[in-house]
Amino acid sequence: MSEDLLVAQNIDVSFAQRSGLFGVVPASKVLQGVTVRVGRGETVGIVGESGSGKTTLGRALLRLIDVTAGRISFEGRDITRLSETEMRPLRRRMQLIFQDPMASLNPRHTIRRIVTEPMLFHRVAINQTDAERSARAIFERFNLPLACLARYPHELSGGQRQRVCIARVALLAPDFVLADEIVSGLDVSTQAQVLNLLKALSRDLGLSMAFISHDLSVVRAICDRVYVLQAGRIVEDGLCEDVFAAPKSDYTRALLDAIPLPRIDAGWLDRSSVAQVSA
Amino acid sequence: MVEAVALDLRGEAPGHTRWEFAGACLRDPKVVVGGGFILFLVVLALGAPWLAPKDPLEQDIILGATPPAWLAGAEPGHWLGTDDLGRDVLSRVIYGSRVALTVAFVASALAAALGSMLGLLAGWRRGWTDATISRLVEIWMAFPPVLLSILLVAVVGPGIGSIIGAIAIIDWTRFCRVVRAETMNQASADYVIAARAIGFSQTRILIREILPNVAPVLIALVSLEMGIAVIVEAILSFVGLSVSSDTPTWGGMIAQGRQLLHQGWWILAAPLTMLFLTVLAFNLLGEGLRRALDPVMRR
Amino acid sequence: MTAPILAISRLSVVSTRDRALILRDVSLSVGRGETHGVVGESGAGKSTIGKAVLGMLPRTVRVTGGEIRFQGQDLLTTPQASLRRLISEKIALIPQDPMTALNPSRRIEGQLTDGLRLTRGLDARAARAVALRLLNEVYIREPERVLRSFPHELSGGMRQRVLIAAAFALEPALIIADEPTTALDVTVQKQILRLIRNMQSAHGTAVIFISHDLGVVAQICDFVTLLFGGRVIESGAAAQVVESPGHPYTRALLEACPRYDRPDAGLRPIPQEVIAQLRAEGQAP
Repeated sequence: MSEDLLVAQNIDVSFAQRSGLFGVVPASKVLQGVTVRVGRGETVGIVGESGSGKTTLGRALLRLIDVTAGRISFEGRDITRLSETEMRPLRRRMQLIFQDPMASLNPRHTIRRIVTEPMLFHRVAINQTDAERSARAIFERFNLPLACLARYPHELSGGQRQRVCIARVALLAPDFVLADEIVSGLDVSTQAQVLNLLKALSRDLGLSMAFISHDLSVVRAICDRVYVLQAGRIVEDGLCEDVFAAPKSDYTRALLDAIPLPRIDAGWLDRSSVAQVSA
Repeated sequence: MVEAVALDLRGEAPGHTRWEFAGACLRDPKVVVGGGFILFLVVLALGAPWLAPKDPLEQDIILGATPPAWLAGAEPGHWLGTDDLGRDVLSRVIYGSRVALTVAFVASALAAALGSMLGLLAGWRRGWTDATISRLVEIWMAFPPVLLSILLVAVVGPGIGSIIGAIAIIDWTRFCRVVRAETMNQASADYVIAARAIGFSQTRILIREILPNVAPVLIALVSLEMGIAVIVEAILSFVGLSVSSDTPTWGGMIAQGRQLLHQGWWILAAPLTMLFLTVLAFNLLGEGLRRALDPVMRR
Repeated sequence: MTAPILAISRLSVVSTRDRALILRDVSLSVGRGETHGVVGESGAGKSTIGKAVLGMLPRTVRVTGGEIRFQGQDLLTTPQASLRRLISEKIALIPQDPMTALNPSRRIEGQLTDGLRLTRGLDARAARAVALRLLNEVYIREPERVLRSFPHELSGGMRQRVLIAAAFALEPALIIADEPTTALDVTVQKQILRLIRNMQSAHGTAVIFISHDLGVVAQICDFVTLLFGGRVIESGAAAQVVESPGHPYTRALLEACPRYDRPDAGLRPIPQEVIAQLRAEGQAP
């Protein structure tokens, strides 16, 4: 049993909606009683459909949004109510990769600036030359042409942008990385490249990772354990091999059953699980 | 070592240094035309004492209302003719550019600075800050701008300082609204969340991440504002509330020229044309700059 | 053996801007009542085929060769006016994004009945009755309420059902489904796929199902055409293409798909040799 690195214990997240002068404030609970543990060096999958709260869970783990109940701890230390200033030194160690690399790269910064600034900010590199050297090394490793450094995000291809995002994070040598739907919308082949990259990186840096996805098949490829989220609650969790082979919850079963595998299965379409017909 | 398929490599392209930006700016026709004219005006304004053929204040009643050089009855040396007091129109137009440009640059800079600062704060902080600033903007904009400027100048007294102040105090709201909207737009982008995840401070994110993306909109607005400032100054001097009546201003000349239309159309035409061309030049420059400076648009 | 509903022969399409080949010598045929999957990665040209059949190619591209025979008639040489009428009556589209495919400022009723009133000349009441019947067919529980609603009041799955109802409204002979489930959750996707299949058998419509998802195509298509770089790489019965693929690209693509029943799947990108082979084949005249 690996030692826990990042733990969210029984957290609730609600979004209150303020409405102008007449303060009717209906609060919607996006997450309820959620407990997630990420151990050192392990990759944990967080799976759910749209509206399940998985993105919110990821943001909460990184303290990018506040929780309304529960506790978040990093390396045993309670970080639930730390201020931005107190969180700052920890930020280097907990990083985030997004789904849409186009949106997560500042369109008006060069790639060079995007990857070297964080290193200088956290003093992972002592000066610009040092930072650039590290950047070049990782670009070579990721098979990114060095010419990319001088360009702007919109001049790169989708796969290249995603690799830049991963490089930016890797250069900070974090302990934990949250990957939020990073392969959704990628071609199957590019997806395989990115997953491989991530797996190799995680192994080499000893990273702990939380991989958010709506796609159970992708989670199977790189995660050790998985949490299944439905409407803000965890309905199942466990080792991937156990959950996928013998799911305990109806919802997990419905999710698995709904996935079309690339093989001929005459009865698949008519086989209905506990799926509800959306009215 | 990660194997990767080289399917998505693109060809070589030049880097983007400051010189590349300057080059791009100078290649845009709008920047060249608009900027060129403004530059020409700046030269006129700065070099007025040497470039103006005559003293703009020198009156010579005998030479009153003589037509421009290419018409019959013209006086030599007065290229654009004289007004009813015998003052050289060309020289007055040249000197008028000083007031116009000073007001344009300073007033729009002040309005932009004040408005953008408040707009950035409102768009970034939201909550009470936004509510307060937005209410302030709304109330402020409820006043009719030209009347307000006339009121301010009438109360404070004429002079270039009060005009600049009046324009800045009234027009900052335009900047505030636009910058606020654009800031809110950018603040919800993923790259801002990425910056927060890296650990950058709020101020740093606002200035170094968001502001560059708000800048293009701001640049276009500043040049638009410069054109407006010139017009407002012209209006104020038209109603006699501008700098002292001795200093030549285009608005003052227009007011005068309107009344003397039957005596000499050139007295009105010259300053009016300059005004028109100046505002046009500012608009062109702004549009051209916005395109040239925007790496995203410059595909 | 009946003639195919749609026979595309050697269709070639180029971009007018950079003269890039978008489609090259593409041939495929769809039989009556058949579900034909057009599958490929992004940029392979699959959407272009759908647009070509519907006569909706953008102005930036041009057809440089081939024919599209629908019920024996070549759509590329049919004059505009009769082409519009033919397409609107006999071919329908289920679009990809249910969010943007519906006009946000009009109620559902209007959008559903437009086609019926225009082409069939039905009056408002008759068209409404047809619309209600269609909504029932797509398993919408409160059809009157849905008719009165605006698009933003419905969920993604509901909107897609409405679009499917709209597609089948005029009893077309052929439906082009352009990635109709890509934007939907996986559980909703299965319901929608089942619905399309049921509607199709009930109405005897042929369907061209465009998708990047090999799994979806394997499960619901009778025949499959795989594209890469605007060319047909492999074509045939779904069972054959999926279980015993002929071309190495097909094989590599299948192996690159992640699968929840196989832990090692999804980590094998297309090998360099396969890409090289594809490139070489692409250069050949």
